[in-house]
Amino acid sequence: MTATVRDDPRRVGARGVDAPGRAAVGARTLRTDRWWLPPTATTVGLLIFLVYGGVRAFQQQYFFADERYLTPFYSPCVSLGCASEPGSSHFGMFLPDHPLIPYAALSLPFLLLFRLTCYYYRKAYYRSFVLAPVACAVPEPHARQTGETRFPLIMQNAHRYFFYVAVVVSLVNTYDSIVAFRHPTDGFVVGVGNLVLLTNVVLLWCYTVSCHSCRHVMGGRLTHFSKHPVRYWLWTKISALNTRHMLFAWVTLASLILTDLYVALVASGTITDFRLVG
Amino acid sequence: MSYPGQFRVWRGDADGGALVDFEVEVNEGEVVLDVLHRLQATQTPDLAVRWNCKAGKCGSCSAEINGRPRLLCMTRMSVFEQSEVVTITPMRTFPVIRDLVTDVSFNYAKAREIPSFTPPADLAPGDYRMAQADVERSQEFRKCIECFLCQDTCHVVRDHEENKESFAGPRFLMRIAELEMHPLDVADRVPAAQEEHGLGRCNITKCCTEVCPEGIKITDNALIPMKERVADQRYDPLVWLGRTISRRRG
Amino acid sequence: MTETERHDYDVLVIGAGGAGLRAAIEARERGLRTAIVCKSLFGKAHTVMAEGGCAAAMGNVNDNDSWQVHFRDTMRGGKFLNNWRMAELHAREAPDRVWELETYGALFDRTKDGRISQRNFGGHTYPRLAHVGDRTGLELIRTMQQRIVALQQEDYAAAGDYEARLRVFAECTVTELLTGDDGAIAGAFGYWRESGRFVVFSAPAVVLATGGIGKSFKVTSNSWEYTGDGHALAMRAGADLIDMEFVQFHPTGMVWPPSVKGILVTEGVRGDGGVLKNSDGDRFMFGYVPDVFKGQYAQTEDEADSWYADQDANRRTPDLLPRDEVARAINTEVKEGRGSPHGGVFLDIASRLPADEIRRRLPSMYHQFKELADVDITAEPMEVGPTCHYVMGGIGVDPDTGQSNVPGLFAAGECSGGMHGSNRLGGNSLSDLLVFGRRAGLGAADYVTGLERRPAVREVDVDAAARMALAPFDPVGGQGGSGSGAVGENPYTLHAELQQVMNDLVGIIRTASEMTAALGRLAELRARLRGVVVEGHRQYNPGWHLALDLRNMLMVSEAVASSALLRTESRGGHTREDHPVLDPEWRHRVLRSRCPRIPGDDPVVPHVAVEPAERVPMRADLLALFDLTELEKYYTAAELTAHPQGGTV
Ligand SMILES: Cc1cc2nc3c(=O)[nH]c(=O)nc-3n(C[C@H](O)[C@H](O)[C@H](O)COP(=O)(O)OP(=O)(O)OC[C@H]3O[C@@H](n4cnc5c(N)ncnc54)[C@H](O)[C@@H]3O)c2cc1C
Ligand code: SF4
Ligand code: SF4
Ligand code: FES
Ligand code: FES
Repeated sequence: MTATVRDDPRRVGARGVDAPGRAAVGARTLRTDRWWLPPTATTVGLLIFLVYGGVRAFQQQYFFADERYLTPFYSPCVSLGCASEPGSSHFGMFLPDHPLIPYAALSLPFLLLFRLTCYYYRKAYYRSFVLAPVACAVPEPHARQTGETRFPLIMQNAHRYFFYVAVVVSLVNTYDSIVAFRHPTDGFVVGVGNLVLLTNVVLLWCYTVSCHSCRHVMGGRLTHFSKHPVRYWLWTKISALNTRHMLFAWVTLASLILTDLYVALVASGTITDFRLVG
Repeated sequence: MSYPGQFRVWRGDADGGALVDFEVEVNEGEVVLDVLHRLQATQTPDLAVRWNCKAGKCGSCSAEINGRPRLLCMTRMSVFEQSEVVTITPMRTFPVIRDLVTDVSFNYAKAREIPSFTPPADLAPGDYRMAQADVERSQEFRKCIECFLCQDTCHVVRDHEENKESFAGPRFLMRIAELEMHPLDVADRVPAAQEEHGLGRCNITKCCTEVCPEGIKITDNALIPMKERVADQRYDPLVWLGRTISRRRG
Repeated sequence: MTETERHDYDVLVIGAGGAGLRAAIEARERGLRTAIVCKSLFGKAHTVMAEGGCAAAMGNVNDNDSWQVHFRDTMRGGKFLNNWRMAELHAREAPDRVWELETYGALFDRTKDGRISQRNFGGHTYPRLAHVGDRTGLELIRTMQQRIVALQQEDYAAAGDYEARLRVFAECTVTELLTGDDGAIAGAFGYWRESGRFVVFSAPAVVLATGGIGKSFKVTSNSWEYTGDGHALAMRAGADLIDMEFVQFHPTGMVWPPSVKGILVTEGVRGDGGVLKNSDGDRFMFGYVPDVFKGQYAQTEDEADSWYADQDANRRTPDLLPRDEVARAINTEVKEGRGSPHGGVFLDIASRLPADEIRRRLPSMYHQFKELADVDITAEPMEVGPTCHYVMGGIGVDPDTGQSNVPGLFAAGECSGGMHGSNRLGGNSLSDLLVFGRRAGLGAADYVTGLERRPAVREVDVDAAARMALAPFDPVGGQGGSGSGAVGENPYTLHAELQQVMNDLVGIIRTASEMTAALGRLAELRARLRGVVVEGHRQYNPGWHLALDLRNMLMVSEAVASSALLRTESRGGHTREDHPVLDPEWRHRVLRSRCPRIPGDDPVVPHVAVEPAERVPMRADLLALFDLTELEKYYTAAELTAHPQGGTV
């Protein structure tokens, strides 16, 4: 345990696994499996969502269907432009109607930041976009590593505040999905769209509640669980969901796209919503 | 049932070395360590390998197999194709001593920097009372067999020799978490975790969790909760605002 | 030769297992400068493998428990051969030692009211084993490792140097103890595994805590460290070993595949309904119930099977006979050709319990067989056979201080002898390490404090030790051997042969003729050892390390075989086919092994002489803890006059 790191003139300046003193293996990685597959899939998945979401957020069209289905991408609909679809705005209209201001400009940036600072998505994009590291035991290309110690990445520590906002937005989405059962003229109805909205909201809750910050504030920060039985119970339930946080992160991306697509297709008249009740 | 297996084993020391090809008999049910022992007994009596228990309990036999950090005694030969060349190197984050043996003193040095368990001053032996629910989180971390595979795989030090000074590594950040969650520990290690032990360098990419042979959820259960505790103390916006203002003034 | 590294300490502890660490903590807390030397990395000692728990009569689960009950259980388990004073100290002090671990930060499993939970184990009257799941040994090691770090941090705060008063020399092997002119301990000689460089420690007190000897046997649950170094070092320094014939074989170790041969299969498998079968499919244990147990065990399969459901109305299955009985039965089945394909017998739980139930009750066993043997124990039977597990014999020590008959030489843990008699109870080892580790550390501290003059290391001894250590690089060949012993022996081959000899001839069932043959083979191996040659250089060279360990293994093997040959009775871990019964005349006799230091003896592996001596009779108040009728089975009538119920001569 006393071996000294010898200065090998050939390797001075070499970095990481080639640093002086370490085994001179030659190859930067000897992994033989398809380690590049998961980060590639992540990149593709995230890009699809960003492109789709970006286009839809600014489209300012086809966001309200059958006078009751509001897509989550436009919730809460608070732009003056929401007036184009009467009944789509549940919380007032006050933002200026401008092509560069999404109708849900009140929630979207926070939702984006919520997911951007999410512990799972951080892992995902650090690996697939920043390549730090692209896969385990595969060298990263950066000369220096400071992790999350500096601006801007130090802001990741604010995740829990975006979580609080996300809870409010999830409540809004829940409200949207419930009022969607009431058609302005037909009264109480149940269509396929209702099931779609409802499923999406349930999944969104799963994602939001399984958040690491949520797990912490609900009980994780305690040292003596035994003295707080209710918070301990909450913590155990959240912990169980938390082990599937990554799953919910992806499933909600898919469910958001599918829900929005459904609303857009109905709104544009491409398909008609099938009514199960009423 | 036995077949001639193809192996490439790194041999050398701090001054240099190379992957050397060997053909070794492989029998049913064997693990990589068995093959290395056969290699020692029949071809290379001086091949340096570290091991103790051969049952995955002591964490001595850490190395890298086909580029992935693993325990030699818990990697069964049956996970490889018979025709596959199995490459075995020492851990690549620590200085090599010889062949598959590395100098892991980095880890022992880091262990010494973590302030130890601090019980309440007036609590007598025999009077310790702790609920099972309260000890379970720390018990998970205490399953650690100190194989240091997580330290080996963590890119913060694997790819950045210069970070070794300021980063304790997942194993010892987890040790801090263990003591923070210990129901009877009275010390506060949260500020030190961030400032002295480099918790902020961890970008939660979970390679440590992936390699842990004990299946400890290092990132989810130790590192992220520690980051949250740091956020409690330091990144509460009001506290942060107050600090920034006073810093500007001072 | 380059200059040898030298260090000066008050107390040198050899071994970083439970016993060594506890001894070092004690010596350092008494203010002495202490060093710990160990063959492997810090925190990897064999103690990490212990699973079940640590026995201490805390009475947390059943408050009827007391030190007296623990004492009685221990003496019964050891068939009254135990050093009664050690058994007494052990039973009295174990609870304090366990509680102390909590102050170091240990986290045992808890009872409902927040105290340390305790579990049942074979031979223990009440639930007594403090435990952490099935990794109690790891918890012990880590806790004490962290305590040592805490002490080093104190020194750092005070003196700016972590290692000012307590230093760990990891991956450093001691090959010889050094004595002064008067025969008292002066230090130790060793080498760094990493560099092969030599190191000399000067210290007036040495605590041996080197663990067991299992690596001399082919099938063992022990790790490579268990080469009996402490036993051999002590003998070469002039100390006596006692009870070396008592080696515990656990009846159920894995036998296949080769990679896991010897790994333990917990007794819980049988406790939960698993049965032993031979290759004919017979539950053979019914044929092996000895007369003394006839009334207590079921005689038919139906009755045995009903016992699991109703233990009051039925007698228990003979699959759960004491370990030595089961091990012997398995051995006979295999010898008579009714073994499994890989030389064991079948342990079948698959046909006895539903798959889900097996996975729920025996998760670690399920995992162990799945991971390592590719056997699904819910679908097929396991193959098991006896495995060498623990050595009860060891360095003879003073119970209170741990000092051997060599001044300044102390011993604790598995390498010391006496505590467990002829058979160790499960869980009594971990508590043994704590109780006697502390006592040895204390004994060493007191000894050093009371010394007027420290014995000096003799340079001739250092040179001799260095020459001895380097011999395998430049062997001379076995002179005077019987033709064998040419230069060019491979240490790995020699080791394999030694393991085979011990396994086949000095294993679980012993006969005079086989042990005589074994002693012959050992002599032959001793001659060949001088011809062992190692390749390469001194830097981390496992071939060389093994060649040096072989010296110790051969000495210890000789002590075991010679002692076993002399003891003409069967008791606990020593079973003689030619002397199958327990003989009270042997109870009060102890066999001491030592190096007689015959002039001209082989310096590589000196001869071992074994002689009988008398044991110290039990103190009357302790004797009174037992019923006279029970003692009469073990004691001669003359010994029982001290019993209050009035033994008659
Ligand atoms: C599979 C298994 C399960 C077990 N389960 C239990 C259980 O549940 N309960 C129980 O009470 N007991 C159990 N035991 C027994 C118990 O674990 C051991 O008896 C005990 O750990 C021995 O501890 P020790 O301190 O004497 O030595 P060890 O822990 O073996 O330490 C020996 C130390 O000595 C060092 N050493 C040896 N030779 C040298 C040398 N020449 N130079 C320098 N250093 C040297 C080694 O490096 C090591 O550090 C189990 C044993 C096994 C194998
Ligand atoms: S999660 Fe953090 S500590 Fe673990 S490997 Fe990744 S960067 Fe290192
Ligand atoms: S946390 Fe896991 S990977 Fe890291 S040292 Fe411990 S056992 Fe090994
Ligand atoms: S939302 Fe992913 S961790 Fe908070
Ligand atoms: S040898 Fe102990 S973990 Fe592999």
